[in-house]
Amino acid sequence: MPTKRTASKISPRTVVLVTLAVGLGLPGALFAAILLLSPLTKPAVIDALVGRVLGVDPATWPWTGLAEGVAVGILAFILVNFGAIVSGMTVWWEMRVSSRMQSRVGYNRAGAAGFFQWIADAVKLLFKEDLIPADADQILFRSAPYFVMAGFALAFVVLPFGESLIAADLNVGVFYLIAVTALVVVGILLAGWSSNSKWALFGGMRSAAQVISYEIPAGVAVMVPILMSGTLSMQGIVRAQGAWPWQWNVFTNPASTVAFAIFFISQLAEGNRTPFDLPEAESELVAGYLSEYSGFRFALYFLVEFGNLWVMAAVATTLFLGGWQVPFVGPEAYAAARGAELIPGAAWWGLEALSMVVMVLKTLVVLNLIVWVRWTLPRIRIDQMMNLCWKYLVPWAFASFLFTLLWQLAVAGTPALATVSGIALTAATALLLVLFLRQTRANLVAMGDRVDLTNW
Amino acid sequence: MGFEFGAVLVFAIVAVGFAFGGITLSRLIGPRIPNAEKSTIYECGERPVGAAWFNFNPRFYLVALVFVIFEVDIALTFPVVAVYRRWTEAGPSVAWVALFELALFVAILVAGLAWVWAHGDLAWVKELGGNPAPGQGETPAAAGTKKAA
Repeated sequence: MPTKRTASKISPRTVVLVTLAVGLGLPGALFAAILLLSPLTKPAVIDALVGRVLGVDPATWPWTGLAEGVAVGILAFILVNFGAIVSGMTVWWEMRVSSRMQSRVGYNRAGAAGFFQWIADAVKLLFKEDLIPADADQILFRSAPYFVMAGFALAFVVLPFGESLIAADLNVGVFYLIAVTALVVVGILLAGWSSNSKWALFGGMRSAAQVISYEIPAGVAVMVPILMSGTLSMQGIVRAQGAWPWQWNVFTNPASTVAFAIFFISQLAEGNRTPFDLPEAESELVAGYLSEYSGFRFALYFLVEFGNLWVMAAVATTLFLGGWQVPFVGPEAYAAARGAELIPGAAWWGLEALSMVVMVLKTLVVLNLIVWVRWTLPRIRIDQMMNLCWKYLVPWAFASFLFTLLWQLAVAGTPALATVSGIALTAATALLLVLFLRQTRANLVAMGDRVDLTNW
Repeated sequence: MGFEFGAVLVFAIVAVGFAFGGITLSRLIGPRIPNAEKSTIYECGERPVGAAWFNFNPRFYLVALVFVIFEVDIALTFPVVAVYRRWTEAGPSVAWVALFELALFVAILVAGLAWVWAHGDLAWVKELGGNPAPGQGETPAAAGTKKAA
């Protein structure tokens, strides 16, 4: 008996409301969980809870370590799910932006503005058959997605979300980050080789050539903010900066602006993003290293690729753009609101939430920039890609490194230099931004176009 | 310290568990209809010709060697970079020692880069053995300009 489709009964108003509820509620709930759990899963709090609730001495109780591990495990689970969901939402945002840039409709079926498309895709991939080619190297083929996923999730250990909101503030933070993100390359190379497919092999080889080449300029460019902050800890680097743009690492040293550009380009290349998406250039390599993957294993690669945009943007924000620093709120304000209590009061949580909002907004701006770049620039050729890395970025990275060495000596003598540079470069950036907006407006007027937001 | 690196271990376990859980769920609820055609390697719809595990020129081993040297040197530079600011604040004499050390380190690397560059090892498309045959061994860019001319 044919039944009437229920979908047609739902009014557009309800669809918009449900979409808004999920689109804001899902990330909102995750951010709230990160805000709550990050400070509460630290050993001091867990030890005190063990002492109070169970009435045992945490120093001698044999299971204290396990309790701390379980607490961190819960936070890790939240952060991995955050990565997965943020990755899906990035796909949706990217598709909407690209469709507007290319004058096509784009996602518009599932939910308002097609927002539920990423959920539908994830469910679809979950229900797909898990194909493993008979001629592939079975063990390596099956294990490759785990490396990629581990490289992605391990980066979240040192990603700051706010003043005290970090899973573990490792004292080797930046170095650790460079080390674990290299695991993704291992996974890609394993996937390429073990598939026993020519497309996958070439894709994997290209990816290896590209990603490890761009590690060099990225590694040298990262040293510039470290020289300026004098620490490898992610939170330490943010604390060494101020809240206003002229106090950010990117502006307080002219060479750091160059280093930021080099770091940004290298991150695009390491994330296999256009204009550096040669490893999966679909017109020449089918799907590159992903050619033989299907179902959830394929989904994992996509999750990591788009989730890495958040990681890239958050790292760039932390190192160069002042991280979570809130204007008018210094370290004393946090310390005063924190008090001596085990669980701090509402004022402290408010400040933490504020720092999180600042961090997330900056990250989203950088993330959006990465999306714009992808849909603006064409893919470059592989020899151009290698030339850009070794003949342009590496020399410039070393030059900015040497300049920073001298600059730090000069700043140690006359600290006003950093302020002068910060204000001058902030003004220059503001001027560029104004020119960009004017040009955009001029283009719109010249084309007889108009800013049309009605089809959202 | 123990807690921080314990956290790294916990994150690794959770990440692998996430991937394993998803793949297992997918295998449980997904269909499984094995088929000889389906389990062949994709090669544009043709039957694959041979395996993909053959010798080919990855054009890459020299870049890989250069990468290893640079990366090891960068890894060794990180500790000095991290303490550089403290040294510059300690006084001019210590600062100049630190500056000299780091500059020497960079100079060695840059000299190496210049040598590799001049030697042509960074070129992705190489010209081997003097005069290449027309249309072979020349860079795509050179071929493009020739065609345009």
